[in-house]
Amino acid sequence: MSDDVLIRLENVTKKYGDTPDAAVNNLTLEVRRGEVLVLVGPSGCGKSTTLRLINRLIEPTSGTLYLNGEDVTNINPSMLRRKIGYVIQQVGLFPHRTIAENIATVPKLLNWDKKKIAERVDELLDLVGMDPEVYRDRYPKELSGGQAQRVGVARALAADPDVLLMDEPFGAIDPITRDRLQNEFLRLQQDLKKTIVFVTHDIDEAIKMGNRIAILREQSEIAQLDTPEAILADPADEFVENFLGSGAILKSLTLMKIADTELHQVPVFKAPVMRDKAIETLQDSEDSTSILLDADDKPLRWLDLAALNRTSQPIEKSGRPISVDLQPEDTLQDALTAMLQSSVGLAAVTDRKGKYLGCCTIESLAKLLVEQGAGK
Amino acid sequence: MSTAAITLRRQKTPLAERLDLIVTPVFAGLLALLGFAVWLYSDIDATTADILSSENITRQIWQTIQLGFLSSLLVVVIAVPIGILVSRRGLPRLKTALVDFLGLAQALPAYGLIVIFFTFMGTGLTTVVYALALFSLLPVLRNTIVGLEQVDKSVIDAGRGMGYTKLQVLLQIELPLAVPVIMAGIRTAIVINIGMAALAFLVGGGGLGETINSGLKLNRGPAIFIGAVMVAILAMVFDFLSALAQKYLKPKGI
Repeated sequence: MSDDVLIRLENVTKKYGDTPDAAVNNLTLEVRRGEVLVLVGPSGCGKSTTLRLINRLIEPTSGTLYLNGEDVTNINPSMLRRKIGYVIQQVGLFPHRTIAENIATVPKLLNWDKKKIAERVDELLDLVGMDPEVYRDRYPKELSGGQAQRVGVARALAADPDVLLMDEPFGAIDPITRDRLQNEFLRLQQDLKKTIVFVTHDIDEAIKMGNRIAILREQSEIAQLDTPEAILADPADEFVENFLGSGAILKSLTLMKIADTELHQVPVFKAPVMRDKAIETLQDSEDSTSILLDADDKPLRWLDLAALNRTSQPIEKSGRPISVDLQPEDTLQDALTAMLQSSVGLAAVTDRKGKYLGCCTIESLAKLLVEQGAGK
Repeated sequence: MSTAAITLRRQKTPLAERLDLIVTPVFAGLLALLGFAVWLYSDIDATTADILSSENITRQIWQTIQLGFLSSLLVVVIAVPIGILVSRRGLPRLKTALVDFLGLAQALPAYGLIVIFFTFMGTGLTTVVYALALFSLLPVLRNTIVGLEQVDKSVIDAGRGMGYTKLQVLLQIELPLAVPVIMAGIRTAIVINIGMAALAFLVGGGGLGETINSGLKLNRGPAIFIGAVMVAILAMVFDFLSALAQKYLKPKGI
C-alpha cells in the first residue's frame, strides 16, 4: 500500500441476515490522504453503508479495513471512531447540551483538559463562521438548519481527526444555504487538507465537492472512480452516462472558471456620452451591443443601436440594465446563466471591486468546451 | 394513559405548564376549606371526634405517605431498569409481552390485587407496598420504553459515530433525553399509589382508609367526608411535588 493512501477497504462485504444479496459486495476502495472522495449513486446502492463501514458503525461480514496502514478491522470501534470525524444529514446535535458542550464531545472523551477544550471550542466556532460569544451557550433548538450543520462540522473537527466522514451533510438544507455551506466548506478544506469521504446522491454536489468521485451501482460496486473532469469527459459505461444525465457538458461548466476563458471586448462608453460618436463607434465594430460604464468603470447598461438612436431618453436610461455581478473566480455555469438572463447573449465580468474587465460570450465558452474535449 | 396522552403531556405549552403548577394547589386549597367547613359546622359527636382525633389522623397520614412513597420507589427501582433492558435491541417481543402482562395487572381491581397479596404475605404495610407497586408498574415501565424510543435516532447515531460506547450513549444521551417522559410516568404512578393507599386498611396496612371505613361502619357522615377530602388533598400534594420535580429535572434545551 502506498504512503498516500489513508483509508483502504479490502474485499469488504456486508450481508444482512440470510438475504442472498450483500448490501456491499466485495468492495475494494482506497482513499488518498488529503482528498475529498465522493461516493455517489442512486438510493439503495450502498453508499451510506460503505461510509458507515469505515468507522465501523456497521461491522463488515468479511474483508479488512486499514487506516493509515494499520489493520483496524478488530480494534475497539469506539476508540477508532474518536479518531474519525462524523457528520450526518440530520446533524444529530445533542439537544440537552449547549453548542460548546456539543463541540467538546470528542475532546472530552479523549480527556483533554478544560482550558484546552474551551479554547478549541471558540476556535472552531470562529472557523465555521459563528461568533463564540453569541452561540457558545445556546442550545441546538435555537439554531437554524444551516447553523446546526455548521456546529455539526465543528463538532466533527473538534479533536482534529485526519479523516472526516460526511453522509449527505448538506442534504436537508435549503438550496441557497446549501450552496453557501458548500463553498465555505471547500474554502475550509483548502486549509485543513482533511481526508474526506463524502456521500451524496446529487451528482452536481459530487462534481462540485469531489477531488475524485466514485460512482456506485447496486451493492456498492464501483462503476467508475476518477476525477470529475475525467468522468464527465469519458463516462465508463451506460450506467455512468445515465447517472450523469443528459447535461454532462453543462455540468462540466461548473468545473471551469471564467478566468479560464478569453474575455471579449465590446465597445464601452463612459458617461457623458456623445451620442453620434457612440453610434458611429458601434456601427464600425463587429459587435451589436456596447456597454455603458460609470465613473468607476462599473458596467451599468447594455446599449445597442436601437437604444442609442432613441433620442427621447437620456443615454443613462436607455438599453437594458446590467444586474448580474460576475468575477473571474466564478464558474462558467454562472457565466452561462448570466448570459441567458442578459438577453444580449453576453455576460459582463468585473474584478472584485466591480471594475469592468470584459465580456463572456457563448463563442468563448463553446471554444473552451471543444478544447477540453479534444484534450482528453 | 395512552402513548398519545404521554406525548401530549410532553408537548405542553408553557402556559399549560404554568397552569399545571397552579390548578392543583388551588383545588387542594378549596378542598381543604370545604373539609374545614364541614368540621366546623356539622354535628361532631364524641365518636366522630374520636375517629378524627389528631393522633389518629397524623398516624394515618404518615402511613399513607409511607405507602405511597415506598411503593413508588419500588416501582421506579423495578420498572426503569426493566424498561431500559427491554428497549435494548433484540428484545422487541419481550417488550410487547411485558407491557401486555402489566396492562392485565392494571386491569385487575386494586382491591383484588391487595387481597391476593394478602393471601401470600399476610397483613401489614409491606403487603400493600408490593401490591401497589405491581399495580402502578405499567405507567413507569411504558413511559420508560416510550421515552427511550422517542429519542431521535440520528442523535444516537451521532453519539455512536463520535466514539461513545453503548453505555455512554445510554447514560449521557438516551436517559437524559427520556427523563421528561419517564417522569410523567412516575408522576402517574405516585398519584395512583397515594390514592390506592386508602385501601390499605383492608389488610391492616393503615392509612386514611381507616377513617373512611370507620365513618362508614359507624354511620358518621362528616368523618367519611373529611377522610375522603384528606386522601384527595394528599394525592394532589404529591401530584404537585411530582410536577415540580418534572419541571426541574427536565434537561435544559429540550
